[in-house]
Amino acid sequence: MADGVDKKNDGSPPRPDPPGYFEGESMTRRNVFSLGVQGLGIVAVSAVALPAVGFALAPVFEREEELWQGVGPLDDFSSEAYTPRVITIVEGIGEAGKTTVYVRRGNPGLSEQEPQLPPEGPDDIIAISTRCAHLGCPVRYVQAASNFICPCHGGVYDFQGKVIGGPPVRPLDRFQTRVSDGEVEIGPRYSVTSQLDPVRARDPGEFTGGIWEYLYPPRPSVPPPP
Amino acid sequence: MKFVPDKLVPGALKRPSPPGEQNGRNGSGNGAAPATPVDHLKEGAGDLVGWVDERMGGSGFLTGMLYRKVPKGTNWFYTLGSATLFAFVLQALTGVFLAMYYTPSADEAYSSITHLTNDVFLGEFVRGLHKWGASLMVILVFLHMGRTFFFGAYKYPRELNWVIGVVLLILTLVMGFTGYLLPFDQRSFWATVVGVNINGTGPVIGPYLSDFLRAGPEFGATTLSRFYAIHMLLLPGLIIALIGAHLYLVVKLGTTAPPWLEAETKPKSLREEKV
Repeated sequence: MADGVDKKNDGSPPRPDPPGYFEGESMTRRNVFSLGVQGLGIVAVSAVALPAVGFALAPVFEREEELWQGVGPLDDFSSEAYTPRVITIVEGIGEAGKTTVYVRRGNPGLSEQEPQLPPEGPDDIIAISTRCAHLGCPVRYVQAASNFICPCHGGVYDFQGKVIGGPPVRPLDRFQTRVSDGEVEIGPRYSVTSQLDPVRARDPGEFTGGIWEYLYPPRPSVPPPP
Repeated sequence: MKFVPDKLVPGALKRPSPPGEQNGRNGSGNGAAPATPVDHLKEGAGDLVGWVDERMGGSGFLTGMLYRKVPKGTNWFYTLGSATLFAFVLQALTGVFLAMYYTPSADEAYSSITHLTNDVFLGEFVRGLHKWGASLMVILVFLHMGRTFFFGAYKYPRELNWVIGVVLLILTLVMGFTGYLLPFDQRSFWATVVGVNINGTGPVIGPYLSDFLRAGPEFGATTLSRFYAIHMLLLPGLIIALIGAHLYLVVKLGTTAPPWLEAETKPKSLREEKV
């Protein structure tokens, strides 16, 4: 500290000026060195810590690879009932990477009953994910009731996957579909709002539509909706 | 050190004598009796402890910790913290031995667990200790927390120790969550799916937290190894460090007397009489 500026009035003898002091200096040599060493320390720590953190966080920002899989010819599927098919959504981990998907053709009769929903054409292919929109348990389609039923916490969905009972917060997710050379192919997952409008894929338990589009912001790891 | 005969305690670890009572300390050879081999043997142990202490110090801390004052009325409820520590040590030890046989890959995890349980000598026992010990630890943590709360032992100056204890409680629960996946059977898989999705329901950061835990938008190839690394490398290190801080504060601040004991104050009349 500069002599004369910080001099204490407590009767102690005046201390000599540090070496190199000149009148009017604002920063001492010691301050420069201590700040410099602290700065170097921060650089050294970040050089190790930032890559490590980035390494652990990288999967959050990586786009999932799109898988398209054939599930059989168009004639296998009717518009009155679902046909279950098993597809692989994550490769290389065996059974844990597979999931059941319920596939049917579009049913124009449903659109006439509920005109506010997006219309279904007879050539559309609808693939419903079995991942319950409550917390992710696998739902099962019960033909007798035309309902999807979740075994974990009692979620119930109607023929189109809309919630009609239990704790789920949104309709069942769907998969993108396409037909190439008469073969039905299943693509990436997407979520829907309560009006069955497609939105970016969400995890179970997350609402869709309205303000929830902001409270559950889109993740970089999933593709945009169709 | 009541349970150890005084003669067996090395000099460096003996209870510090009150000032002015130094006679007889370290003085067993004062008499004319010649030293027997047994005496030499005894001194040998004492010398070893003394040799280490002369170079490392620490005996003052050790005696201060071992002979620290404990309030009257200390009872069995005060052992719950030590019981929790015992449960943690049990988990750490059995976990080390389980890790010798466990394979953290989605293809082999379940078969390595069945191999460990059914084929390895005493494997079922060690795995059982780890499994039931986990529940025991959670129960003991809550009992310990209840004791601290109902005895008012969280109050000044021990608030910081309460905060550390709460962090340890959370880490213990995260331990339970990450360890539940490792057997990789149907139950642990779906429990983890549900647990991660519960994390995801948190607004704004929830979806990203889920992606971080799963290492991607779906339960994938590295989810299991991620949970394994968190379970057996990250969390144990954090827990050990925080237990160290927790115990340091316990020794430094001392334990509280139970609330039903009134503080011992000198009777007013006695003081007034002397004046």
